Amino acid sequence: MMAHVGRALTGVAPRRAPLAATVRSLASPMPSSPLVAAARPQARGAATITCREALNSAIDEEMEREDKVYVIGEEVAEYNGAYKVTKGLLAKYGDRRVVDTPITEAGFAGLATGSAFAGLRPVCEFMTFNFSMQAIDHIVNSAAKTLYMSGGKIKVPIVFRGPNGAAAGVGAQHSQDFSAWYGSVPGLKVISPYDAEDCRGLLKAAIRDDNPVVFLENELMYNQSFDVADEVMDKDFTLPIGKAKVMLEGSDVTIVTHSKQVGVALQAAAELEEKHEVFAEVINLRSIRPLDTATVCESVKKTSRLVTVEEGWPAFGVGAELCASIFETEAFNYLDAPVQRVTGADVPTPYAENLEKSAFPSQNDIVAACLRAVDVSLP
Amino acid sequence: MSYPKKVQLPLTNYNSTGLNLNKSNLLVLYEDMLLGRNFEDMCAQMYYKGKMFGFVHLYNGQEAVSTGVIKLLNPTDYVCSTYRDHVHALSKGVPSKNVMAELFGKETGCSKGRGGSMHIFSAPHNFLGGFAFIAEGIPVATGAAFQSIYRQQVLKETEDLRVTACFFGDGTTNNGQFFECLNMAVLWKLPIIFVVENNQWAIGMAHHRSSSIPEIHKKAEAFGLPGIEVDGMDVLAVRQAAKQAVQRARQGDGPTLIEALTYRFRGHSLADPDELRSRQEKEAWVARDPIKKLKKYILDNEIANIGELNEIQNAVKTELEQAVKFAISSPEPNMSELKRYLFADN
Repeated sequence: MMAHVGRALTGVAPRRAPLAATVRSLASPMPSSPLVAAARPQARGAATITCREALNSAIDEEMEREDKVYVIGEEVAEYNGAYKVTKGLLAKYGDRRVVDTPITEAGFAGLATGSAFAGLRPVCEFMTFNFSMQAIDHIVNSAAKTLYMSGGKIKVPIVFRGPNGAAAGVGAQHSQDFSAWYGSVPGLKVISPYDAEDCRGLLKAAIRDDNPVVFLENELMYNQSFDVADEVMDKDFTLPIGKAKVMLEGSDVTIVTHSKQVGVALQAAAELEEKHEVFAEVINLRSIRPLDTATVCESVKKTSRLVTVEEGWPAFGVGAELCASIFETEAFNYLDAPVQRVTGADVPTPYAENLEKSAFPSQNDIVAACLRAVDVSLP
Repeated sequence: MSYPKKVQLPLTNYNSTGLNLNKSNLLVLYEDMLLGRNFEDMCAQMYYKGKMFGFVHLYNGQEAVSTGVIKLLNPTDYVCSTYRDHVHALSKGVPSKNVMAELFGKETGCSKGRGGSMHIFSAPHNFLGGFAFIAEGIPVATGAAFQSIYRQQVLKETEDLRVTACFFGDGTTNNGQFFECLNMAVLWKLPIIFVVENNQWAIGMAHHRSSSIPEIHKKAEAFGLPGIEVDGMDVLAVRQAAKQAVQRARQGDGPTLIEALTYRFRGHSLADPDELRSRQEKEAWVARDPIKKLKKYILDNEIANIGELNEIQNAVKTELEQAVKFAISSPEPNMSELKRYLFADN
């Protein structure tokens, strides 16, 4: 511990590449100010795409690559998707491969799972993951557990996907974050992408994976645009499941988060540097299960402070799991301060605008948590 | 793109001109439908002005079903609804200003601003919600009916059985919970009325594309309860069917299923582009507007004159203007009370 005390104060510089531009390019949405736009480094790549386009192109390419891949869910075909993620797929692949279902989550999730037992590769959409609660028996008992229960004999190459977590003003029953619940189930892989690159690479990987994958998208990210490198648009671009990404390097505190909060954390990091000269390292988990504890551990060994951020409820959540995982590694000996968990409030999501805002982490909450983490070890 | 098969208008099984309704009852029905229609139109206005947010599902066109059923119920009877719940709440007696305040997310809303459009609740009016998921309200309603029997058989209460009316749509009738509850309701002779508001569409899914047997009332037969199909654009026909169902339930003969054929004049929600329903189809149904139909009936039979009807219209407009004023001027919930109402003792 001793060797790391006061590292934030030693004035060793520079701690990272020019911040403002990097952060702003990573933390969408597309900036409206020409000044900021000019400050962005030139994207190496050819494309600027939204998360929705990333998901749509991923599904399209995987359906083209492998006939056994099909899409099933409510409104996925004729309506082009409740959130338009499956737009154009019916026209291209027909109604045998893009299947509109009645409103019967338990039924169609079970049916999709059964078709996977028998060799097909379904992409099963839940209009939101809230509705997956009506199908959770099949996700857990039929999909997650079957390879194990059958002694390795029956594979379940299914992807359950859809928007997860809060949107805006949609009330308690439409706003729940399911990362922790699904993340606790052995036999499932659980992914939570942030940007367009994550969406493309991880969804393609998920569809190609022979295991059941829960793919937790975010409705508010669907419209967000990101610059992506050429390679991301390649038909065979995939990202490894279970590997986190260091979005921004830093030396003073590690912020670990997933999904939409990655963008908020990056903004918080910019504020921390500009106003407080605190350099945060921001890690995008990308996967909830397997959880990339190793990357977090290495980061904490460098910064000695950890802040976890999630939109889900605090109890038994992703942050709680990160704490426990880190304490069980050698990173424990490097911590200079207690871990700070920033989470959604411990309430069903309220409808009233002012209450709802206070029920989810904001940039201020993350900055405050980082400052607490950093201040604690001041002599 | 295939359009739905032309719906065979059922032609009411009940002769609506044979109903012996007095003037005051008819005017109550007229006012209730007008209130529902105007309330929903006001919601649309407020939504586009940014006063309302999130998901808002409007009921325009289906007023005859809400009014036809709920106006027969006692205050102690229960109503359970879906996310398309504003008008059911109004028909049940929840004051329009409290529903409006709820939609604005204010402390004076019937759910104290915590619920929103899809979660209208009112204990004093025995209005049990307000649910986001299809079919979720059906077991809840069945439970209220179970409670009613329990009071009589276990708690030995002597008052009349309380009836529960449960409203849901065509899409819901393919969901397991629907079938599970039909079974239990018949098994235990629960005093419940399952009211299917078959408006032919579930978001963008046409009824005939999702249902192996489109005639929903026929499914009741398989479980042993009567299934009645009725013209959902005729408030008197709905009322007549509901009257029989309420009577059955209250005298302990168990559940009834009413399939009301109706239509929603607007999209699934205010966010729905509503691209899949044809203009011809919409026009055909709009021509059968239930409010216009009742108005014509009242005037043709000289039950009231146009002046009286206009007075009612004006009263409704005034009520809604006041509801909006009330909602706008009401305070938002107190931020310090974010965690209030988590447990019953706080």
